[in-house]
Amino acid sequence: MKTTLASVAALLIASPALAQTPTLNVYTYDSFTSEWGPGPAIEEAFEAECGCDLVFTGAGDGAALLARLQLEGASTDADVVLGLDTNLTAAARDTGLFAPHGVTADLSLPVDYEDDTFLPFDWGYLAFVADKDTPPALSFIELANSDLSIVIQDPRSSTPGLGLLMWVEAVFGDEAGDVWADLADNIVTVTPGWTEAYNLFLEGEADAVLSYTTSPAYHLIGEDDDTKTAWAFEEGNYLQVEVAAKLAQTDVPELADQFMAFITTDAFQSVIPTTNWMYPATDIDLPDGFETLTVPGSGILLSAQDAADRRDAALDTWRSALSR
Amino acid sequence: MIPAGLAAALILALTLAPLAAVGSRAEAGAGLGAGDWAAIRFTVWQAVVSAVVSVGLAVPVARALARRRFRGRGALVMLLGAPFLLPVIVAVLGLLAVFGRGGLLNAGIVALGGAPVSIYGAGGVILAHVFFNLPLAVRILLQGWLDIPAERFRLAAQLDAPIWSLLERPMLARVVPGAALVIFLICLTSFAVALTLGGGPRATTVELAIYQAIRFDFDLGRAALLALVQVALCVVAAVLAFRLTVIEPVGSGLDRTVARWDKSPWDWLWLAAVSLFLIAPLAMVVWRGIPGLADLPSSVWAASGRSIAVALGATVLSLALSFALALRGGIWMQGIGVLPLASSALVMGTGLFVMVYPFVNPTRLALAVTLAVNAVLALPFGLRVLAPAVRDVREGYGRLAASLGLTGWAGVRIVMLPRLRRPLGFAAGLTFALSMGDLGVIALFATDAQETLPLAMYRLMGAYRMEAAAGAALLLLALSLGGFWICDRGGRIDADL
Repeated sequence: MKTTLASVAALLIASPALAQTPTLNVYTYDSFTSEWGPGPAIEEAFEAECGCDLVFTGAGDGAALLARLQLEGASTDADVVLGLDTNLTAAARDTGLFAPHGVTADLSLPVDYEDDTFLPFDWGYLAFVADKDTPPALSFIELANSDLSIVIQDPRSSTPGLGLLMWVEAVFGDEAGDVWADLADNIVTVTPGWTEAYNLFLEGEADAVLSYTTSPAYHLIGEDDDTKTAWAFEEGNYLQVEVAAKLAQTDVPELADQFMAFITTDAFQSVIPTTNWMYPATDIDLPDGFETLTVPGSGILLSAQDAADRRDAALDTWRSALSR
Repeated sequence: MIPAGLAAALILALTLAPLAAVGSRAEAGAGLGAGDWAAIRFTVWQAVVSAVVSVGLAVPVARALARRRFRGRGALVMLLGAPFLLPVIVAVLGLLAVFGRGGLLNAGIVALGGAPVSIYGAGGVILAHVFFNLPLAVRILLQGWLDIPAERFRLAAQLDAPIWSLLERPMLARVVPGAALVIFLICLTSFAVALTLGGGPRATTVELAIYQAIRFDFDLGRAALLALVQVALCVVAAVLAFRLTVIEPVGSGLDRTVARWDKSPWDWLWLAAVSLFLIAPLAMVVWRGIPGLADLPSSVWAASGRSIAVALGATVLSLALSFALALRGGIWMQGIGVLPLASSALVMGTGLFVMVYPFVNPTRLALAVTLAVNAVLALPFGLRVLAPAVRDVREGYGRLAASLGLTGWAGVRIVMLPRLRRPLGFAAGLTFALSMGDLGVIALFATDAQETLPLAMYRLMGAYRMEAAAGAALLLLALSLGGFWICDRGGRIDADL
């Protein structure tokens, strides 16, 4: 009885302290916070050192995430947002919702990247993923001239789709329209998102699908299936860089800073490769299997401002070339 | 009992108010561009063709089902509901397994030495929309056939009168415009089907333009404008349909089953063709889902429980609303009753978010909002089933009931409800199944703790776990159909109608 009373008392005393545990709200995309995503492991690791409660809120995909923050405006509960991609950071900066992160770290990105507000937490090369026994195309031109069939995502509704648009735009500039017109007969269909496209590819509807060079790693490590590969293009492969940022209005600024710094530590980065299936943003050891992945000769990335400025014209070009 | 006025107000609050809320956040006033007009043209065109083809094919199929009695007829009628209830991506994958590049159809053609055919393009969009909506059209028309009293058929048989021109054509003139309207409106807001199977940006719909405006441009003014275009199209179509509808009382009978003598061998052909067309893709969904059932994560079971709870709540609410509207009747109630079909799910979700956010954390309301939205989105279907049934009961028994003083609740309880059991059961089943499958609105609100089954399935796919996702899809199909079966059956027990 005494022990019961004591433990009840302990509980009663402990609970006010518990209520005062600060909470860090992190908005991210759905697949980050799901049980097989990086979320759970990262939450555990960070809570072990912060004495806080880390709460992930999933909000659709990267584009939905920004739309959600814009809807909520300055009164948002979010302290940190995790999962915007660099094609969206110009629009994100324009909202004025974000504050500089103040983190200095050696990043392992294959291109120069400097931004005082948006901190990369992982990255990947966009690439066409195919079966190993499909004869590969080694450039956009070769692909356009071949009979290979591909599935791509719509740049108006999908972040990899937007990445492909920027890829062609960065490589071909004024000739992008001609390249799209040449690619038109290779494109089986354009899907609203990555999920539909990747499913179509797995069902055998196309020879290749726009995804990441790291996609074959899932099949290899997750399913013990080494039949998938990704194509490196001679023009170089476009990068998708996923970034995190601190909200200027956060009510726990120290905690938010601590989390931003935590992002570039090994504890965070080591979780990324086999849960988010992307490359870590810092130079850590990669898990077995990653050494088998295709590494493109060069990585391409338009600056956030460039990407934003050229998007509308590039979209018009894309739409009219594929509607012909 | 909910008063009709309250029901109408609730529907408007969940359809037009979110639109206004989105519009109120508009900043720059960008009008519609050339691309938008192209999208509007394509949207209307594919919706018209899909509606005409679906209803056109449904006439012989429904007639065959009305004329024939055979083993498995009940099961077939129930399976007819299934395509309509599937999440879009699952149905599309099922269709591709049959009609796609590596599908059964092309395997057959190639084996016979032919050249493979491609599903992608306008034809694929129509094919998928017919797959989704033909069953619905068949169910609506079949109900029309069943509503013709057996006594009329007997009389026609005695007089050797032509039943097609005397009974069936007038019935179709009454039912077809409404069925076509519903399907037109469903296809009007199509997004993933049109884009995935459309083959490219030519197949852009208004809903995609809305998606882009909200997600990528955060141009809420444009999104509201485009959503308004959808509502305007809905109003025009609804007015047209009501004008075309010929209301001619069919009279009432003693609720006996009719044994038809005018059977045609074509009936079997129609039934076989439609069964094959609808069941082959479903069979592929089942076939692919079985291996995945074993490694479903536990979260999927929790999500299933949540989905069932939401669907049950939505069913009760939706039935109460549509029954209230059906009892009131009249063109305004019917108009309000189809409005939800023209609503963009994304605008609805975003608008509700804008409305709720200043007051309470939207994640707390995720399931409540989903329940309310599902109830309203499913209402047009329930109403379409209930409204004609209520009208017929009124026409047949209204005067007798009035002379006996059976008005108000007593009239509903003694005259209406016993006669409405079957349509009520069917409407409940439909609403339940539709509410199981919806994920258009919840995505903006839900975190893991509010995850529903369709959302869980989609998240599995996003994490490359296609096999588990296929298992979840099968589970969803089974639960939707199971719920549908229980409700539909419940409406028919003890009723040999």
